[in-house]
Amino acid sequence: MKRLALTPIQAFFLLVAAMGVLVLAVEASGNGYFQTFTALMLVNVMLAVSLTMTNGFTGMFSLGHPAFMTMGAYVAVLFTYPVGRKGFAMPALPEVIAQIHLPLPVAALVGGLFAALMGWLIGRLVVHLQTHYLAVATLGLIIVVQTFALNLDGFTRGGRGLTGIPREATLALIGVSTVLVIVLCWRIKHASLGRAMLAVRENEMAARCFGIDAFRLKITAFVLGAGIAGFCGALLPHVVSVMSPKSFGLILAFNLIAIIVVGGQGSILGAVIAAVFISLGSESLRMVEESTGVYGVTQVIVAVALISFLLVRPKGLFGLKEPFIRTS
Amino acid sequence: MSDYLIQQIVNGLSLGSLYALVAIGFSLIYGVIRLVNFAHGDLLMIGAFMTFGLVASDMVPWAAIPLLVLAGGFAAGGLIERVAFRSISGAPMITGFIVTLSASIAIQNLALIFLGSQPRNFNFPEVFRMRLPIGGADVALIDIVIPAVTLLCALGLTTFIRRTRVGIAIRAVAENPFAAQLMGISIGRLVFLVFGLGGALAALAGLFWSGKYGQINPLMGFLPGLKAFLATIIGGVGSLPGAIAGGYILGFSEIAFVGFLPPEYSGYRDAFVFGLLILILLVRPQGLFGEAEQERA
Repeated sequence: MKRLALTPIQAFFLLVAAMGVLVLAVEASGNGYFQTFTALMLVNVMLAVSLTMTNGFTGMFSLGHPAFMTMGAYVAVLFTYPVGRKGFAMPALPEVIAQIHLPLPVAALVGGLFAALMGWLIGRLVVHLQTHYLAVATLGLIIVVQTFALNLDGFTRGGRGLTGIPREATLALIGVSTVLVIVLCWRIKHASLGRAMLAVRENEMAARCFGIDAFRLKITAFVLGAGIAGFCGALLPHVVSVMSPKSFGLILAFNLIAIIVVGGQGSILGAVIAAVFISLGSESLRMVEESTGVYGVTQVIVAVALISFLLVRPKGLFGLKEPFIRTS
Repeated sequence: MSDYLIQQIVNGLSLGSLYALVAIGFSLIYGVIRLVNFAHGDLLMIGAFMTFGLVASDMVPWAAIPLLVLAGGFAAGGLIERVAFRSISGAPMITGFIVTLSASIAIQNLALIFLGSQPRNFNFPEVFRMRLPIGGADVALIDIVIPAVTLLCALGLTTFIRRTRVGIAIRAVAENPFAAQLMGISIGRLVFLVFGLGGALAALAGLFWSGKYGQINPLMGFLPGLKAFLATIIGGVGSLPGAIAGGYILGFSEIAFVGFLPPEYSGYRDAFVFGLLILILLVRPQGLFGEAEQERA
């Protein structure tokens, strides 16, 4: 096939150029709505790509991303919330932390590391579970984390939520992170680590017979996914300036699954494209929702569209493939 | 025994029964097609709203309402099977899983659109809200009725599965769908039946749930559905007695957690339930009554 085929290096430069143009153009437009939307869309891309690794490469079915996002978000906010107001909003915070103010990139990394650590602790318990069980256990994890966020109101203000979080998440920061996450997942997929993950996905027992430590690989994928989710979760409140225990829940988990299923459960390019289009689609549906006052339509349409899409293309857009880019 | 203890036991029995009613459906469906129906919990919500509508319409005699709710639940369960499952039969498990998740999201949001997001209050008529003195405790009549009806349903269903021709066919399909088909069993019709039966029981649970807690909303089915699935896992997926036992174990431990620990912990009740699940899965991955599935190459 003599079709468009870039080398990975060319593809990388194309990605960087496209991201640069997007960020600069949106930044230059000065339109707050566009800026917020682009930020949310790019975070969706990061989440989708990381979930493509956790679920797509290894064949696990985790719904736990929103749980790790909530963890990352609350941990990061502890360090970025205006110091003067911490005493009022987070009375339980130890004096040491209450005095610290970290810049967002550092705080988000701390949040991501915390989520990764929790992912490691939880993953050791759950990754050996089969499909349904893992899905339910991680769905349960969302509820457990929400329960804690709701009850630890000395740190989170409970159900009232935190408001006035500084909007420090610049488009440049989000754009750079997105490129890094895509490159990281791409490198993993095409290195021995990713090949081993794909082997586990296709046939776990056969992979183990080749000496692949399936348990360790799944943990690795789970922890990396949790870390990236935590990082993304940490960025989001700094885009929209509010955070509550229910910010990231079942609906988000479902939308992320919809994105990676459409993308092809293993294709990074597919996940990126699906994330962009589903973000655009649900945003325009949301505007319809607001103008007509019929809330819930978006989710119904996404759900029905997903079922129909699966009927037509059971393997998603690209399956495992990365079209337009030479991979071997 | 103190009044408090009796009260807590009755609470545990009644909550456990509700979980068991929903869990039976999960287990039946999983037994036959090896698929978890995520939309199952939403049938509880559908049952609750049917009860609400029937009570509000004031046109149906009281005795007929549970029967109508059962029939409606059967139809709703069957409809989910026809619309969502029939079209994807033969697809990989993960596809089926995603389809049920989509169905659940669609049902919840359709309910939000057509029924509104405000929780509604409604109460059973005075007769059904009677309280009985048992051993010094003051027990709500409904908390006695729920376990009694659940027991009847469980017995009836077990007999149906053990004794009748259709029940034997269901077990045959659960054992080996291919061989069952060769024996002339129509799998499609059985799957429909199983979805319907599960739906009927879940809708009945919805009726009880609304009567017990007096408040309903379009998203009410999600958490009980999830917990009923935990009950199924605890008991061993695919085993009917396991599902029932799992429901009661979950109901009792939840009530014990809330009833016997200092009140500041009661906010963590849902976290506790999922912790319990993970603990049980660690010790017995196949559940208490399930048979371990051998992994073969």
